[in-house]
Amino acid sequence: MSRRHRPPIVATSIGGLAAAFLLLPLAGLAWRAPWSSIVDDLTDPAARTALRLSLLCSLWATFLAAAVGLPLAWVLARVELPGRRLLRALVLVPLVLPPVVGGVALLLAFGRRGLVGQYLDSWFGITLPFTMAGAVLAEAFVAMPFLVITAEAAFRGADRRYEDAARTLGASPWTVFRRITLPLTGRALAAGGVLAWARALGEFGATITFAGNTPKRTSTLPLQVYLLLESGHLESAIALSMVLLVVCVAVLVVLRDRWTGLP
Amino acid sequence: MRTRRLCWIPAALLTLAFAVPACGSDGSSGSAGPAPTGAALSGALEVSAASSLTEAFTELGKRFEVAHPGVDVTFNFAASSTLARQVNDGNDVDVLATADEANMEKVTTAGNAVDPRTIARNRLAIIVGRGNPKAITGLADLGKRGVVFVVCAPEVPCGAFASVALTKAGVTAAPASLEENVKAVVSKVTLDEADAGIVYVTDVKAAGAEAEGVDIDIAGDPRLEAVYPIAIAKQASHLAAAKAWIAFVLSDEGQEVLTSFGFRAP
Repeated sequence: MSRRHRPPIVATSIGGLAAAFLLLPLAGLAWRAPWSSIVDDLTDPAARTALRLSLLCSLWATFLAAAVGLPLAWVLARVELPGRRLLRALVLVPLVLPPVVGGVALLLAFGRRGLVGQYLDSWFGITLPFTMAGAVLAEAFVAMPFLVITAEAAFRGADRRYEDAARTLGASPWTVFRRITLPLTGRALAAGGVLAWARALGEFGATITFAGNTPKRTSTLPLQVYLLLESGHLESAIALSMVLLVVCVAVLVVLRDRWTGLP
Repeated sequence: MRTRRLCWIPAALLTLAFAVPACGSDGSSGSAGPAPTGAALSGALEVSAASSLTEAFTELGKRFEVAHPGVDVTFNFAASSTLARQVNDGNDVDVLATADEANMEKVTTAGNAVDPRTIARNRLAIIVGRGNPKAITGLADLGKRGVVFVVCAPEVPCGAFASVALTKAGVTAAPASLEENVKAVVSKVTLDEADAGIVYVTDVKAAGAEAEGVDIDIAGDPRLEAVYPIAIAKQASHLAAAKAWIAFVLSDEGQEVLTSFGFRAP
């Protein structure tokens, strides 16, 4: 009994090192944060606008990623398609692509003269760069793979015998998905959604490259932080980063316990 | 079986990861020894320079290495504000060249560089796509309906200049985007997302056939001329090579190269 309760020393100490490695930079931020003026920095109208915009864009991006990413994950997990392995690898490309390159790629696809964008412009008069929709698109591009990987693993891991049983009892595919698959995988799907949202909230490179930096439309918090750093306003930049951090950690902690069951 | 056979891969990667930087530091510590006093300079000269100097300094670097075969010039091109911050944060480069005096002052007042000298000047220009499809002839045209134009963010020097220029020309229309550096403005125009952008004359030249320039006619306004100072960093570990580099940039040959890329003489 006592053996089982003693924490394994090697794993615990290496794990402790890893945790320190992840937490020390955050401690550095907290250490340099201008605590005396932080209220002014945070109630600054420009900062509040940027925070609101960041939350709005990241939520839309998560919604978009879920709306098309969940069906994709389901297809990747369940449907025998030719070239499925290749497709699965390609879907993950935004994870390894430097976000700035992702932004250029988005311009070449959805920009005013892009592969698809030129028709959006000439047929519908829609141009995405420099608009909020563009910022949402850039964030969704970078964030969706997080949702797709998590959801695909969940769909794959769900015990299909329950689904088969429901189907033999006459349930339609949609009913099976709604009544069996979703309850089985719900926590993992929510975890994927939260991961994607967090990634979208912090997105910088693809956003500034594809959507530009337009006040009130695409100038999200990470962009503001970067420009503040560029102009030597280190303290204000840290204050804004702290907002992003606090919001993100708060949401992750609350959701973790409530629904996601993140490990 | 398969996992066992593959288990050497992480180990090999780890070894590589440690071995490669070890080799690198080995080489540079060897060259960072006593500064050579004779004619034969050697070592790895590290130059941090404003991104608008990219093409000109790259060319100058090639010529410098021909003249001093023992020296290996490496560049770090970025926004002047980024470079100034890096030097003040202890990034030990040998030479710093910025695109404005304000950022150089941040470094000199912090005591991290001394005695800056002006190597070149630069002027603003409007960059437009090939063939100038929106027929832009001056700053005033940027305010016309249907013209999408971008500038640098006011936090970077080119954006500060652009905002002065726009105010002076009476343009009240808002730019579509405030880009993070001057090259981002160029690429928004060359990718045809924007019809026009405000950049430096040198950037129009560097964009080559992909873009055209329209002169901005606000002659003689010192607020609209960028001044490029250069200085030796206090942490310089290759002092002799750094001095030789600055002398070379200021020499007739160096100035000729800078002029050929669109810069004006200091």
